[in-house]
Amino acid sequence: MWKRWLKGERLVTLLLLLPSVIAVAVFVYGFIGWTGYVSLSNWNKLLPDYTFVGFKNFLKLFAHPRFQIDLRNLAVFTALFLTGSLVIGFLLAVLLDRKVKGESIFRTIYLYPMSLSFIVTGVVWRWLMNPGSPQMGSTGINLLLEKLGLSFLKSGWYTDPRVGIKAVAIAAIWQMSGYVMAMYLAGLRGIPEELREAARVDGASEFQIYRYVILPLLRPITLGAVIILGHISLKIYDLIVAMTGPGPGFSCDVPAYFMWETTFHANRFAQGAAIAIVLLLMVSSLIVPYLVFSVRREAEV
Amino acid sequence: MWRKVSWPIVGLIIFLLTSIAWAQVGHEYVVPSETSLKAIAQESFGDAKYAPAIMRATNSKHLVDPSFLSINSLTMKIPAKAKLLIPDRSWADAFIAFWDPNRPEDLFGGGKLVVGSWWTAGGEAEGLNALFKIYAEYFPDVQIVNATIAGGAGFAFRAVIKPRLIAGNPPDTFQLHAGLEVEGYSPETYLTPLDKLYEIEGWDKVLPKDLLDLLVYKGHYWGVPVNIHRANVLWYDKAIFEKHGLTPPKNWDEFFAICEKLKAEGIVPFVMGNSGGWEAAHLFETILISTLGAEGYKGLWTGDTPWTSEGVTKALEILKKILGNINPDYSALSWDGAGEYLIAHKGAMMIMGDWTNGWFMAKGYTDYGWAPVPGTQGIFDALSDTFCLPKLAPHPINALGWLEVCGSKEGQIAFNTRKGSIPARTDLTADEKAQFNSYLQSCMEDFAQDAIVPSVIHGAAAIESWVTDFKDAINLFLATKDVAGTQKALVEAAETALAAMK
Repeated sequence: MWKRWLKGERLVTLLLLLPSVIAVAVFVYGFIGWTGYVSLSNWNKLLPDYTFVGFKNFLKLFAHPRFQIDLRNLAVFTALFLTGSLVIGFLLAVLLDRKVKGESIFRTIYLYPMSLSFIVTGVVWRWLMNPGSPQMGSTGINLLLEKLGLSFLKSGWYTDPRVGIKAVAIAAIWQMSGYVMAMYLAGLRGIPEELREAARVDGASEFQIYRYVILPLLRPITLGAVIILGHISLKIYDLIVAMTGPGPGFSCDVPAYFMWETTFHANRFAQGAAIAIVLLLMVSSLIVPYLVFSVRREAEV
Repeated sequence: MWRKVSWPIVGLIIFLLTSIAWAQVGHEYVVPSETSLKAIAQESFGDAKYAPAIMRATNSKHLVDPSFLSINSLTMKIPAKAKLLIPDRSWADAFIAFWDPNRPEDLFGGGKLVVGSWWTAGGEAEGLNALFKIYAEYFPDVQIVNATIAGGAGFAFRAVIKPRLIAGNPPDTFQLHAGLEVEGYSPETYLTPLDKLYEIEGWDKVLPKDLLDLLVYKGHYWGVPVNIHRANVLWYDKAIFEKHGLTPPKNWDEFFAICEKLKAEGIVPFVMGNSGGWEAAHLFETILISTLGAEGYKGLWTGDTPWTSEGVTKALEILKKILGNINPDYSALSWDGAGEYLIAHKGAMMIMGDWTNGWFMAKGYTDYGWAPVPGTQGIFDALSDTFCLPKLAPHPINALGWLEVCGSKEGQIAFNTRKGSIPARTDLTADEKAQFNSYLQSCMEDFAQDAIVPSVIHGAAAIESWVTDFKDAINLFLATKDVAGTQKALVEAAETALAAMK
């Protein structure tokens, strides 16, 4: 019976799929399982020690002042980054959708930051947001504000513990809002002109058209953007490394950075694994509902 | 056409061969009549056990000079008129002590020497290259691989080296700080003890006792020190000090009086950088020494001085007060970025280790003076870089030669004059000392007479997890300025670490 099932095309398909199935099973799910196992162990020295200690690492982690700050920073960062990118991206898309002259040039300019890596963005914004000092003079944004006579707007940016992670969010928004714009633009182009016409005939104002017609139609795109930006935001690490480091009083610190330090500097491998698991749970709480949602929709179609 | 170019090539080869005057680890020996390696060993060293050392030395030499014999086994008959290299006794002793008879491949020369370090730029890289040059003179058959990873104080380097150790794929030798940092590498499992090498080379007689104490962990030496740096140095701009009629502060009251005066003049009294995340903790470490004294400070890391003591509170108060006198952009700057304030005569003082001296020189800045950190006169806050021998080093004998170069006078002088640190050995003659600049000479004097305490942020005084907690507590303090809360965090960090060390 097996023989008949494993015949012809089916056998070829299976054989072709097998390498990637094995690779994913080992290198993705295998290592997730391994990380989970380590997070429950007592491996807090260089020498591996797999004694089972239950949730001790997690309890210690959530009591750790630095991790508490990290979670708060991550919440602030995610909120600002998501709303900022979505709002700016949407506005740019609406403006470009007006069929302006030279649209492709603007589109390229807005999308361009996306082609940079977060490392490059981090280095550039590190310099742009350098606070300077009265003795050595200002640079970057502060210098610009000074020249414009807007000195009262000058800030310590990422070096000021009160701003901290919010400054990093600005750089991240700069990088990703063009991408959101591209998504929305594609969505807007997919909305037939007749719908707008119909709304206009019904006497809706332009604002009402966007509020009640366009935005609801764009909901799948908004959801997609939230998922993509959301998991980037939760895993953010490279931007922090290049731009700020943990910052004064950990005002720019995030769990991924703490994970790296505690694992490789303090040799707390189990604690690092615990942070990885917390991050995984946060990301999957975002991704899993989306996957369920899209699988169900595919089934409906 | 081939004939045309062949002569220049032959000329070049002859030139290369004659221009390299190799130093070597032994002397030439022409065998008078057919014999065996054991007999030669018996004759040269008075002991047949040295045969493998002669085999290795001769094979190494053969690779660069084919007129020497190539020996393919310990029992091979050595024909008359064969040319051998008889190694020096210390090298032969070291070889016999560290050669594993299960590794016959080590009886043949050549191969690589992979050196891991975090020295990538400036005087550090020049110093490392000077060591490579000396190594290449003694061991021209070995190909040196410079496996450096950038990042101050080795923070990035250590993150790379640890997974390699666990995976059983270490470099042949790598850099680590002298002191308890070695605990972070679980040396009993991953490193080879070097006690015998110390004995053979007599290093226990030429290194100062405080340093030797620092190098011993669990009863063994695990690394060979190449240098000494001092962490508790106050650097100041002479131009500003002269203009305002100031002298370097001897205690914190004088320090803050100077701060008040300079602040009124629009000069940053004290500059600091903290973008690496460790610089503020470095500063705090030197303040702790000033409030607790040498013994009190040392006791913090052994459990003899309680972290609840008055001195710790006072140190935090001083740090808090210093934070009111610093450059506002400190967390955007690294320590060298902060040094730019001094060079521009816009900032007056900074506290940093004496690698600052090399950096100032590289910048062409000469208008600086130095003094011990206020309240730490007569105390030398020391750190030292060492090289170790991983158990699973792929070329342990090549690494052994490297360690010998690192511990040698020749190596230490060549390295330290370039890096801007002082040799770990204290047996330099006056002529040899004269090769160092004026700061380093004064530093050598202090090192010989001061009380030596281990630096914590540079890996000497405490295990790595404690250093991380210590650093984190201070980093948090920069924002909260909460003396009582930070002291509590420091007490907890000490409890955790002391329990882990038991």
